[in-house]
Amino acid sequence: MTPPSAEQWQALFEPRGVVVAGASTHPGKFGFVALHNILRHDYSGAVFATNREGGDILGHRALTSVEDLPEGSVDLVFVCTPAAANPELLKACAAKGVRAAFVTSAGYGEAGEEGRAAERALVELASELGMLLAGPNGQGVVSTPASLCAQIVAPYPPPGGIAIVSQSGNFVSSFQNYAVQTGVGVSRAVSAGNAAAVTVPDFLEYFSEDDETTVALAYVEGVTDGRAFFERIHGVARRKPLVLLKGGVTTGGQRAAASHTGALASDERIFDGMCRQAGATRPANVEEAFEAAATFATQPLPRGPRVAVLTTAGGWGVVTADAVARAGLELLRLPDDLRAAIDGKLPPRWSRNNPVDLAGAETRDTIPEVMELIASHDAVDAVVYLGIGIQSNQARLMRTGPFYPDHGLERIVAYHERQDERFAHAAADISEATGKPILTATELAVADPENAGPRAVRATGRVCYASSNRAVTALAHLYRYARFRRRRGL
Amino acid sequence: MTRADTRTLSEHESKRVLAGAGVPVLDERVVDTPDDAARAARELGADAPVVVKLCGEGVAHKTERGLVRLGLRGDDDVRAASRAVLDAATPDDGDVSVLLAPMVRGSRELIAGVARDPQFGACVMVGIGGVLAEALADVAFRLVPIERVDAEEMLDDLGTQALFGPVRGEPAVDRGAVVDVLLALSGLADARPDITSVDVNPLVVVDGRPIAVDALVEVRA
Repeated sequence: MTPPSAEQWQALFEPRGVVVAGASTHPGKFGFVALHNILRHDYSGAVFATNREGGDILGHRALTSVEDLPEGSVDLVFVCTPAAANPELLKACAAKGVRAAFVTSAGYGEAGEEGRAAERALVELASELGMLLAGPNGQGVVSTPASLCAQIVAPYPPPGGIAIVSQSGNFVSSFQNYAVQTGVGVSRAVSAGNAAAVTVPDFLEYFSEDDETTVALAYVEGVTDGRAFFERIHGVARRKPLVLLKGGVTTGGQRAAASHTGALASDERIFDGMCRQAGATRPANVEEAFEAAATFATQPLPRGPRVAVLTTAGGWGVVTADAVARAGLELLRLPDDLRAAIDGKLPPRWSRNNPVDLAGAETRDTIPEVMELIASHDAVDAVVYLGIGIQSNQARLMRTGPFYPDHGLERIVAYHERQDERFAHAAADISEATGKPILTATELAVADPENAGPRAVRATGRVCYASSNRAVTALAHLYRYARFRRRRGL
Repeated sequence: MTRADTRTLSEHESKRVLAGAGVPVLDERVVDTPDDAARAARELGADAPVVVKLCGEGVAHKTERGLVRLGLRGDDDVRAASRAVLDAATPDDGDVSVLLAPMVRGSRELIAGVARDPQFGACVMVGIGGVLAEALADVAFRLVPIERVDAEEMLDDLGTQALFGPVRGEPAVDRGAVVDVLLALSGLADARPDITSVDVNPLVVVDGRPIAVDALVEVRA
């Protein structure tokens, strides 16, 4: 099947108008929720709804038929009607100039032989009508450049560079929930449903050419034509980072085989090798998948594996150093000139090696100054910064206690919060100036998201990682992708 | 693919196919009688130790059945070992002969091979080899065809990296030479769609360089 044309993609992701077919007056029904979500998020185009009985839904007069749509005003139909009604619906929509359909209706390929026949017929019909067919049995499509939230689930993510496609609609929601939590936003998100016509690789290829997208994030279970899948994601990953979360890797198990090679050729190992060969990033789980994508979207690629850890306390640095080694990155030895430069900023009790442990010796300007010295040095490819938010955590105790604002508490609370904000901005600014990734991690990102430190990190558009381990894991994904590109002259 | 659809080439025939593709193999001889074996052993090197194995399309589980005799020196030993492996042959082994090869020493054994996956087609593999290869399962796969950089990264993927450095007085593994083996296997899988699988185990590292000491090629019948 040929992938959709540019015009059809435009109709799905940047439609001039949308019609919800099968809109319902009942707030528990998909046909209501879809219309609600489109209107709720201020979609920029025209919105129409159809309902056999007409009536008023969310202040919109429902049309009794698609035939009543104004000619050429609608590009996308969001289908919430029963499967049996859909062939006539698509024909009527095509006659009105609709070029894309997102079909939520169930009762297709997932529903036995009859459903599979109906699905084949629908695919054929859409193809004859020149209409892009997404789904069926999908949860919806989101496109933040168009303020489009055409989905029967929540949430609507902030705008950003991550494009999501999933064979399981609920993972679209999961990834978007992480986008809301971290503030690292989404360009497009789509649930592929049964992927009867438009497949996951089709969407990924579109994302790889899409100017609004900086990184593609996909969840896949089954792959129908492995070789074609490989060829296509290979092309995608050459253009942009691609994070590929695979479910069901352990189900295939070992094959009975005469040869050692055959016996060792499990689905998991072959899929893993295929991803490495294609340059696709393969995370171990959902949060790792999102954080890898969010890091690709917000940090520069490291030029090499050498990591410096900057911490305000010893133990954090030690476990982070362990994580760096485990992840296949390198904890660089501090060069003499860099050690001497840091000596100039701190009393002698700092660690004098990597991790750079300030050991509580920092004064007002130490953290931004030392961070700049480290990140600017040629021997350093990336920095992990730990310790943000500690003082704001204490400040919170003070602000919420009985002594506030007296006894000098008001002043010190404001100072601590200002400092943590400054550190967050320093990490982003120095990263930008040096072109090197600087990742900030603290459990306060989840323990107290409103802490001034994590809040300010989010305000810079970057992830505040919930642990140094997660920051290092994400950084290692960036390093491997950068190395893949470098080794192939990309 | 079920086993009935395929047949396994003899060890000698398998190695001939691999050598033709560029995989390093030993200088071997195949003979029918103990006397010919003794003569062949002298050709391989006056005093150098040799290995005698039973060779044939149906021969499997050679080590477990005592069909591999190592470190033989002199006519008498070679004759006796050859007679012993020939006598141990069963009707299931089919037509058999005796394979002689120089005895090589190397404490490191790799495994390399080709498998055809129902989803992804031909794949090439490398890993830590020997009789425990399957239990260790320290292996990396790629889809055929591979480029040099892919083969290099396959070696990087293996967990047991220390094995590639200098070990027990032996030099570091020549990674480029192992990469050449993988490229040869990839090329073979591409050129010969009738080959359903290749097993090179062990791929022994001798003075840092890989040599296919045992190999089986399976072809569509």
